[in-house]
Amino acid sequence: MSTTLNHSAPAAARPPAGRYRSTKVRRQRVRAAWTFLAPMLVALALVAGWPLIRTFYFSFTDASLSDLGRASFIGIENYLIYEDGRWYGVLADPIWWRSVWNTAYFAVVSVSLEVVFGVIVALILNAEFKGRTLVRAAVLIPWAIPTIVSAQMWAWMLNDQFGIINHLLMMVGIIDAPIAWTAEARYSMWAVIMVDVWKTTPFVALLVLAALQMLPKDCYEAAEVDGIHPLRVFFKVTLPLITPALMVAVIFRLLDALRVFDVIYVLTSNSTSTMSMSIYARQQLVEFQDVGYGSAASTLLFLIIALATVAYLYLGRKQLQLGGDA
Amino acid sequence: MTSRQLSKFAKRIGFWLLVALVVFYAVFPFYYAVITSFKPSSELFRVELWPSRFDLSNYAQIFSQRSFLQAIVNSIIVAVSVVGIALLLGITASYALGRVRFRGRSTVLLVILGVSMFPQVAVLSGLFEVIRALNLYNNPAGLILSYTIFTLPFTVWVLTTFMRQLPMELEEAAIMDGATPWVTITKVFLPLMWPAMATTGLLAFIAAWNEFLFALTFTLTDSQRTVPVAIALLSGGSAYELPWGPIMAASVVVTVPLVILVIIFQRRIVSGLTAGAVKG
Repeated sequence: MSTTLNHSAPAAARPPAGRYRSTKVRRQRVRAAWTFLAPMLVALALVAGWPLIRTFYFSFTDASLSDLGRASFIGIENYLIYEDGRWYGVLADPIWWRSVWNTAYFAVVSVSLEVVFGVIVALILNAEFKGRTLVRAAVLIPWAIPTIVSAQMWAWMLNDQFGIINHLLMMVGIIDAPIAWTAEARYSMWAVIMVDVWKTTPFVALLVLAALQMLPKDCYEAAEVDGIHPLRVFFKVTLPLITPALMVAVIFRLLDALRVFDVIYVLTSNSTSTMSMSIYARQQLVEFQDVGYGSAASTLLFLIIALATVAYLYLGRKQLQLGGDA
Repeated sequence: MTSRQLSKFAKRIGFWLLVALVVFYAVFPFYYAVITSFKPSSELFRVELWPSRFDLSNYAQIFSQRSFLQAIVNSIIVAVSVVGIALLLGITASYALGRVRFRGRSTVLLVILGVSMFPQVAVLSGLFEVIRALNLYNNPAGLILSYTIFTLPFTVWVLTTFMRQLPMELEEAAIMDGATPWVTITKVFLPLMWPAMATTGLLAFIAAWNEFLFALTFTLTDSQRTVPVAIALLSGGSAYELPWGPIMAASVVVTVPLVILVIIFQRRIVSGLTAGAVKG
């Protein structure tokens, strides 16, 4: 708001209506903005901020689930301690490191597969053909199905004795004995990845499709006139143009994959060959009732995810745009 | 037929095969669950691609279990309340974030984005304490409270992007008429925001309906559980083989409403998902 106008206004007169109104309205609006934000901020503080602080705190105590109130401070013992010639704590637990490796493996493999399949599905949906809406609805179905349900559905299809997948593979002759997909360590991670890829490819496909539909049509027409091979057009034109959308999809999916819980819990329970960081932390917290130790694992998971996010944003130099004027 | 026509024809065939493959891959697991759910337990272990007869005994079995019916009721209560709370808090917050310029706005947006990336396990022990302190352990109300951690940031984010697209003139007219911000929201923006609210509400509903970790951890007894937990913990009398028929029937029961919602509202869902991510 310009103030120069007011200097010329007679001192005795009332402040010009424009200025008076605008600052008053402005102040009123800013106050209203904070009033409107307050309930949301309080809610977020109650369910996210405060619990996170408490989790950090618990990780330095010997709290147990049955009696959270009587927790005493024990320093970094939950993380690492040297006692009687041996190391103890989350950081010295091979199962924790196993679960870190499992989670990273799961995240990288499943997100890569989802990106490849997602782009293919998006390219198909981007073509004009009869029944496209129906196909898009069909593709959305896996996304809408609760993770628990999709895990159970696949568990049934992957059942070692009566599952249709073993049945078909044996019929075709690829395998000659049923595979215990979810029980055998060699295959169980792949079973988990299979289910996750099935469930979340639609999400990636939709984001890519949205980007594809915003692409300018003219360079494709030019490429067609010049007779350039479609694959070359894809790698030289389409892929660079949809990369920003792909990056967003990848970070959303990676953050989701790093906290994976439901699929693994239902498919393979607490088996160490597929245990993720979330499964490990929850097992310590709830099943072993060791809130201190479990909170230490949760805190580490939080730090790993925060680090991964920062590294990704830094390396990708992809700033999520915050606010229209920011 | 010239070779050129032939290759064009082959390309079309190839394309349709690809489409068929994608649809088959997306739909088959659900289809297989549906046909399994109609099999009597004696035929369950015969692999078939086509149901030989429709048998409702699996459905009769799950609907005769009081705990399963109770879980459905709990899930509906939780999901509907979560949607209501998220929309109420989301619409007011998105007005502030989308229409008013003030210092600290970017920080608030950053906090919201940060919360939406939280791993749920990271707050598990702290949230457990909060829920116990509020006396909401083993109570659907505790789930309603805890689900705001993932529905609220998302709702605020998407509604803010929608809110920002509305023309400035609307609001200026309201301000000129001396309307307070609350009146501006309810009388000017709310009628225009219904499509966006339907979209975010739908997505919040699906997220709350499907949530598992909190539901598993913050409830203890069968009567307080939600559907995903009930299905995950469904096990028969036999310790050797899971009751696959009833599990598939229960899965179909809780999934069919979602699939119908998706098919009806697919355009809205797509726009909501992409607004949350691409524009975000």
